[in-house]
This record gives sequence, C-alpha cells and structure tokens, in this order.
Amino acid sequence: MVRFFIWLTAMLWTPAAWAQAAGGIDETINTYVAPVSNAIVSVVFYSVPVLGADLPLIVVWLVVAAAIATVYFNFISFRAFGHAIDLIKGDYANPKDAGEVSHFQALATALSGTVGLGNIAGVAIAVSIGGPGATFWMILAGLLGMSLKFAECTLGVKYRNEYADGTVSGGPMYYLSKGLAEKNMGGLGRVLAVFFAVCCIAGALGGGNMFQANQSFQQFVNVTGGEASFMADKGWLFGLIIAIIVGAVIIGGIKSIARVTEKVVPFMAIVYCTAAVVIIVAHIDQVPAAVTAIVVGAFNPEGVAGGAIGALIQGFKRAAFSNEAGVGSASIAHSAVRTKEPVTEGLVALHEPFIDTVVICTMTALVIVITGTYTAGGGMSGVELTSSAFESVFAWFPYVLALAVILFAFSTMLSWSYYGAKCWTYLFGENRTMDLLFKLIFCVFVVIGSSMNLGPVVDFSDSAIFAMAVANIVGLYLLFPVVKRELESYWGRLQRGEIQKYAIDHVGT
Amino acid sequence: MPDTLLVGVDGSDGGARAAKFAASCARESGARLVVAYVIEWSPYTFNTPEENEARHKRRMEEIGRAEAEVLQPILDVLNEADEIAEGVVQHGHAAEVLSRLAVEHKASQIFIGRRGLSKLQALLFGSTAGSLVQISPVPVTVIP
Repeated sequence: MVRFFIWLTAMLWTPAAWAQAAGGIDETINTYVAPVSNAIVSVVFYSVPVLGADLPLIVVWLVVAAAIATVYFNFISFRAFGHAIDLIKGDYANPKDAGEVSHFQALATALSGTVGLGNIAGVAIAVSIGGPGATFWMILAGLLGMSLKFAECTLGVKYRNEYADGTVSGGPMYYLSKGLAEKNMGGLGRVLAVFFAVCCIAGALGGGNMFQANQSFQQFVNVTGGEASFMADKGWLFGLIIAIIVGAVIIGGIKSIARVTEKVVPFMAIVYCTAAVVIIVAHIDQVPAAVTAIVVGAFNPEGVAGGAIGALIQGFKRAAFSNEAGVGSASIAHSAVRTKEPVTEGLVALHEPFIDTVVICTMTALVIVITGTYTAGGGMSGVELTSSAFESVFAWFPYVLALAVILFAFSTMLSWSYYGAKCWTYLFGENRTMDLLFKLIFCVFVVIGSSMNLGPVVDFSDSAIFAMAVANIVGLYLLFPVVKRELESYWGRLQRGEIQKYAIDHVGT
Repeated sequence: MPDTLLVGVDGSDGGARAAKFAASCARESGARLVVAYVIEWSPYTFNTPEENEARHKRRMEEIGRAEAEVLQPILDVLNEADEIAEGVVQHGHAAEVLSRLAVEHKASQIFIGRRGLSKLQALLFGSTAGSLVQISPVPVTVIP
C-alpha cells in the first residue's frame, strides 16, 4: 500500500511539475497520456454497434440497474414521491433534533454537486446529436434513476462510520466493505471498495475538477471577447485564481466564500430556471409542437444516426452523466444526515435525479427545441448551443449563463473535492495530513485543468466517474435485499400510523 | 400542580432583566420557571459537505457553550435563594421554539426581553419579541 501510494503521488505530481514549465506542454502530455487514457476509455466505454449506432455498455449497465431497482422496490419513486416532499419540508423531523443536518440540507448539498454543466452543456450535446427525441429518453432514464439513487443513499447512511468526536463518514466505500462483510463476502467487498475509491479519486480530479475548470475558463474567455480576450492565453492565471479560491475554502476553511457560493448557486439555478420558464411561456403556442417533436423523435427521429436507438443512447447517456444515479457520488454527501431511519434519507435522495434531470434538464431541452437553435447549424454544441438558445430571447443571457457556468463549476469542484478526499482518506488513512495532501493535489489540478487542452485526460476522467458505477452497482445488486428490508419495515410502520408527523400545534391554538 | 412560567434569554442584558422579572413573578405565585436559550438555526440553509459531516459535533459544542456561558450564570443567580428555575437549550427559530416549549412545559405565560430595535433594524433582522407576540399560544410579557 505504501509503495502504491508513493507511486500514485509521483504520478499525480509529475504533470503538476510539467504545468509550471513553458507552453507547448499540452502536446507532450497528450501524446504521453493518450494511449493509456484511450485504453481505459475504450474499456469503460466499450460499445457495441446497435442498428448503426454505438451503444456503450456502461450506459446499458446503468439503465438496466436503474430499471431493476425501480421494479424491485415496486416503483418507490412514485409511491413515496409525496412522502419524500414531506420529509424534505421537515414535517417528520423531531424538533428535539433541531440543529442536526436536516433532510433539506443534505439534499441541497448533494444537488450542488450534480447540478452543473451536465444540465446546461450535456443536454445541448444530447439534443444536437440525438435530436429532440433524446429528451424523451433522458426523462425516462431520470425517472428510473430515482430508485437507484434511493438505494445507494439508504445504504450510505446505514453503513457509514460514526466517530467518537461526533463526525461521520459514509459512502459506497463503506457500504461495499461493511455491507458485503455482513454477507460473508468481505473480500469482494474490500476489493470493490478500493476499486471504487481509486476511480472516485480519478473522477474527482478529472470530471469533478479539470473538466469543470476547463469549461469555466472557456466560458470566461467567450464572454470577455473570445480570441481577443485579455485572458485568452492566460489559462494558467485563471486556473491559479480559481485554485486559490478553491484552496481558501477547502484547505483554509474560509467559510465566507463557501457561504457566498451556497447562497449564489441556488439563486443562479433559480434565475436559470426562471429564464427557461419565461422563454417556454413566451413561446407557449410552440410547446405542443415541441412536445410532439420530442415524443415522435424518440421513436422515429429524422436525420439521427442510428434512428430511435441513436436518440435513446444520447438521452440515456446524458441523464447518467447529469444525475450520477448509480455512480455512488451523492451517497457520500447524503451520509451526513443523523437519522434513525436510513430509508428516509434514501427517499429524500429520490428527488435528486428528479430535480436534476426531469426538471432542469428538460427545461434546457425545451428551450433548445422551442427556439430551434439545434437545427440552426453552425456546428454549435455544448454550452455554446444552450447559450445561443437563450440569447435568441434574452440578448444579455450569455453573461448570466457564463456566470452560472463558473459558479456551478465552482460548487461542483467543492463537492468533488470532498468526495475525492473521502476516498483518499479511506485508502490512505483517516487523518488530517492525508486529507490536506489530497486537497493540495486537488488545487494543483485546477491549474492544470484550466491551462491546458487535455482532451485525453478529460476522457479518462469521464471514464473514471463511470468506472465508479461498475463497483458500486455490483455491490448494490448484492445489497438490494438489505434496502428492501429496511424499506418494508419503514413503509409498514408509516402505513400503520406508527410514524407520525410532528404537529406544529402551537400556531393558532 | 404548580404553574409554570417560561422565559427566553439570549445572553443580552434585556434577557437577563426578563429572567429576573420572570423569577420574581414565579416566586410570588409559587410557580416553576423554565429558562430557555434558543440557538438561531434553520433547517433550510445550504451547507458544504464538510459542514454537514461535522454538524453533530458542532451542535454539541454549541449547546455546551450556551449552557456554560449563558444559561448557567443566569440560573446561578435565580437559584441562589431557592431552586425554582431549570434551563433548556434548543436550536431553531426563537419565536417558534419558545411557543413549542410553552406547550411542552404547559407554561401559562412567556416572558421575553426586547432589543429595542429601530423600525429599520426590526425590518432587516426581525424581532423575536414581535414574532413571538404573533404566534405564541399563551400570553406574552415583553420586558423593556
């Protein structure tokens, strides 16, 4: 383990040393990393051709697991939808426990890790490649993903570690090792947990960091004048500034920055959704046509490679990218809630894919379809496409969107720095030094991410995030009966009236 | 069963005056006195995962500090003559928690100090006394 650690540290620090050298380094890194990265990418994203479209098996893996979870838990996402809202509102919270992390707070924290570029850029990619019909499959995958998220967050709370000083630590690495040990599969559990943790660290540094830093730099350059921007060739400077701010929060513990982000990010999400609703309402006459395009496009699309299957793949892929159901990341964030019933946290987590995919992603998709920007040509994709869709109605929106992208990216980075640090300390020892070491590495990767065009590394990080799902879902299948037992016990007591709301009886009496 | 009076304190002079006044009322009527300190907290804030992880620990620290630094000095003074007062520390919205505690302890009255806010301050920061008067299930006495 020690040797592995030294090797990993060396591996992680080497690119950092390169980053400090002069330009032209992108090429060197790309040629060096590309073969390794490509090999891993081609394994994780191993695709089979289906009717002329490439279907990555990892997407099948995620969607099948989500569908099985939905059936196995008897459509819990629909049965418990209202009850989950009551839980989030705090109707079932004992006032005596006030001051502990509430269900609302856990959900908001987990959401800030998933709501981000996926909802803005990812949807645009899906619609531009898969046509409007991709939206239909995206919503379906989001609805199925709810049950999977329920299972992983329930387990996260059930098998978390509680320390003597009152702090907690949870997530797939704990339920994989502890949960499977209960089933006499401790060896397998440990292997899966370590595999998950390694992938999570890679994913945190890549998709949760470099990709975010890179995209926010692109946005910053775009709104400050593109090629002519004073920042255009100063990615390292942008990265350094972001790294210092990130470091101030995660290492320096500067709460004020975190507090500002906490308040601004939900605000930006509301601004984004409001703008989307305004556009949809302003074009209300075109909504039926857009909905028709989405439904017809789902089964019989025009000009989409692979036809219906092509649209389906894009939709499923984007939903998985965006809400991370089955990946296991959110389970780490949800584990902080102090509840006697792990099931309640799982039920609250149901709403995460719903808000993320079914609500926010669908809004983006509707705006893109209604404004017709996806057919306008110009080869636009990603943030650019979403930006121009909104711009066609609000000329000033690209600036707001750029700010939203940077803030979403920032909050996603903060969340992933936490997920990565949890996995790092799980592997190398739960102490402050290890925690600090990872956070330092994390900050270095912010600079690397924004100063370089690291296609292969970003591909690699995407595959790392999805590789987390390989270990996580194997464990979930084995632990589904545990979740079901907990759920049936809780649901039974709820139906029999043994679990009651705490009456707010002082008002008006 | 003896009557119960509830008093809200916040570590300020106003709170201490309210506690003193409530204690003299309690002595006169032979009532029991509950001294409550509410740590302002909302379940609807946005936190970082680090904050969530250490929340239980912080909560215990907050309660410990409130008991040691605010509640105990007041209780010591009130209980000097006779044991009439007990303390409670809870998280939440001050006016809501006091109203709930009044129901829980079957208190017949709530006493509370006031901060003497200007109209603008009250608008910005909200007045606990003001909102308590609106939602309390029992009569409220505001001590200047």
